[in-house]
Amino acid sequence: MSSPETSSVVAVTCRGLRKVYDGRRGLWGKPSPPVVALDGLDLGIQRGECFGLLGPNGSGKTTTVEMLEGLLAPTAGEIELLGLRWEKHERHLRQRVGVALQETHLPEKLSVDEVLTLFCSFYSAPRSLDDLLADVEMAEKRQAFVGKLSGGQRQRLAIACALVGQPEVLFLDEPTTGLDPQSRRQIWGLVTRYRARGGTVVLTTHYMEEAERLCDRVAVIDHGLLVRVGSPAELIAALPAPHIIEVELETAAALSTEDFAALPGVKEAHHSGEGGFSLAAREPEHAIAALLALVERKGHALSRLSTRNASLEDVFVALTGRRLHDE
Amino acid sequence: MRLRTMSREPGALFWTFGFPVLLSLALGIAFRVRTPEPVMVAALPGISLPIHQALQGAHITVRDLDEASARAEVRAGRVTLLLAPPQNPGGPIAYRFDPSRPEARMARAAVNQVLQRASGQGEPLPVVDQELRERGSRYIDFLIPGLIAMNLMSGSMWGIGWVVVEMRVRKLLKRLLAAPMRRRDLMFSFALARLVIVPFELAVILAFARLVFDVRVAGSYLALAVMALAISTSFAALAIAVASRAQNTETVSGLMNLVMMPMFVTSGVFFASSNFPDSILPLIRALPLTAACDGLRAVMIDGRGMIGILPYLLILTLWGVPAFLLGLRYFRWR
Repeated sequence: MSSPETSSVVAVTCRGLRKVYDGRRGLWGKPSPPVVALDGLDLGIQRGECFGLLGPNGSGKTTTVEMLEGLLAPTAGEIELLGLRWEKHERHLRQRVGVALQETHLPEKLSVDEVLTLFCSFYSAPRSLDDLLADVEMAEKRQAFVGKLSGGQRQRLAIACALVGQPEVLFLDEPTTGLDPQSRRQIWGLVTRYRARGGTVVLTTHYMEEAERLCDRVAVIDHGLLVRVGSPAELIAALPAPHIIEVELETAAALSTEDFAALPGVKEAHHSGEGGFSLAAREPEHAIAALLALVERKGHALSRLSTRNASLEDVFVALTGRRLHDE
Repeated sequence: MRLRTMSREPGALFWTFGFPVLLSLALGIAFRVRTPEPVMVAALPGISLPIHQALQGAHITVRDLDEASARAEVRAGRVTLLLAPPQNPGGPIAYRFDPSRPEARMARAAVNQVLQRASGQGEPLPVVDQELRERGSRYIDFLIPGLIAMNLMSGSMWGIGWVVVEMRVRKLLKRLLAAPMRRRDLMFSFALARLVIVPFELAVILAFARLVFDVRVAGSYLALAVMALAISTSFAALAIAVASRAQNTETVSGLMNLVMMPMFVTSGVFFASSNFPDSILPLIRALPLTAACDGLRAVMIDGRGMIGILPYLLILTLWGVPAFLLGLRYFRWR
């Protein structure tokens, strides 16, 4: 049992959360073995926080949120939302939680108004249509059929459906995947406004920029395991080498990653695209001096040199050895 | 690759291989008794004994019936020809039948041949053909209630089953589940939508049949409406059961056809189900579409009222209620 004080601070907790999917069988051929989608996850999400689940496709993000949303039964583990449990308090919790799935195809022949009216009918204290439409910047589209909306508009409508009941916790599963930058920014604005009203957000994403912009804390998940939790700034600061030097040589094959990794102050070196290298450094000024000396000694020339602060993307590479968008 | 995709879709596999076999089997059973088909004739009071004997000697089944019950048997498709005695001594014997039915014309030819031969070399036996074209005995009268039943069934099955699966494929069911909606409300919304449409469906077919073929409803419209609602609701429940697990629209259409096709064939939509062997008739009578056809015919042709349709309502309920409960129990929301 959680005490009243903790439940008033904690929005979502889970302990030992685990999900195993049964293997699938064709008519012939080998049956596939069961798949462990999530292997023991512990999380605590505070009220008013925006919490991000980060990971590549297939890492268990969607499985995790769907269990937290009470749509998928965990194989093992416990989930508590707002001090309540899905098994016991589903009807009550549904009124207080808003959900936008990774993809929902709302009926194409209904208008925006009609969809929202339908969702309003499910809640005991729904927001007014005008208020909602203004919030998701779709007032001028209220008569339009869902089938005629753009991807960004559909996604904002899906989020509007989640916001109908003034939820205390809002779950967003990859809210901006596949959207153009402007639609993405509109959705970020929507999330920011919701948080300003005191809402708690749990979102999954594989866009690092999105996580850095929106999230107070992120959990990096890979292969069904929790790799690290912390604020984006903490995670970046915890990197052994929080500065990134990008180098390109005029003759690409002239030097190897080993040559670069051996430079003083450089922790790691990777290939980055065509003939480029990316070096992770703790003290970039020393590393650059050594780098220039090396290039000159070998008689080569640099075509490009730039430095930047490490991003969440680099954190992800450092933690999992992979890029997020390796697909 | 195409074959593999297919083999991993057991629904499609059945549809390609299993179904044609089953269909030919069913039709084969229905019509295997066709060749030496017994000719069923009703003799109205007053037909002489020699005629009886002559016909029975030729393996023609003659049943003595009064006018009213003979017509009822004609309507039910169990007798195709009525023999009426001469109106005055020496007058012609009347063959009453519906010339638009091939089996009736065959019966007339067979009977005539026997009777003419029996009357000897002399004068041919005077006969006269009388068209049996009264309402209720024509094929169209038999067909329309069957078509209505079939239409109500398909409407409910496709209108609900297909839509449910499509909502599941589009993740709309899951989204609705994530909202504080009562699950049974969704189910009721499907049923309600059907019930709103059914009266229009029914009215259109009835009006068309009336105007074009002069098919009338002999019984009460109340009983007809009750019957139609019961059929729709029962098949709506079956649709929910059929669609409760299917993960894609291919599977559900396969399942749907698996459920409906045998009934299309056996339940007497197009021809009387009494063509099937007696041993499986009780089974066929227990099918919901048979109850639907028979119930509608009872009202439209035989003029039954509410009490007359009770047995059919019972059968439909016995299918509908368990199907709905099972469907709800095993319903897959994601």
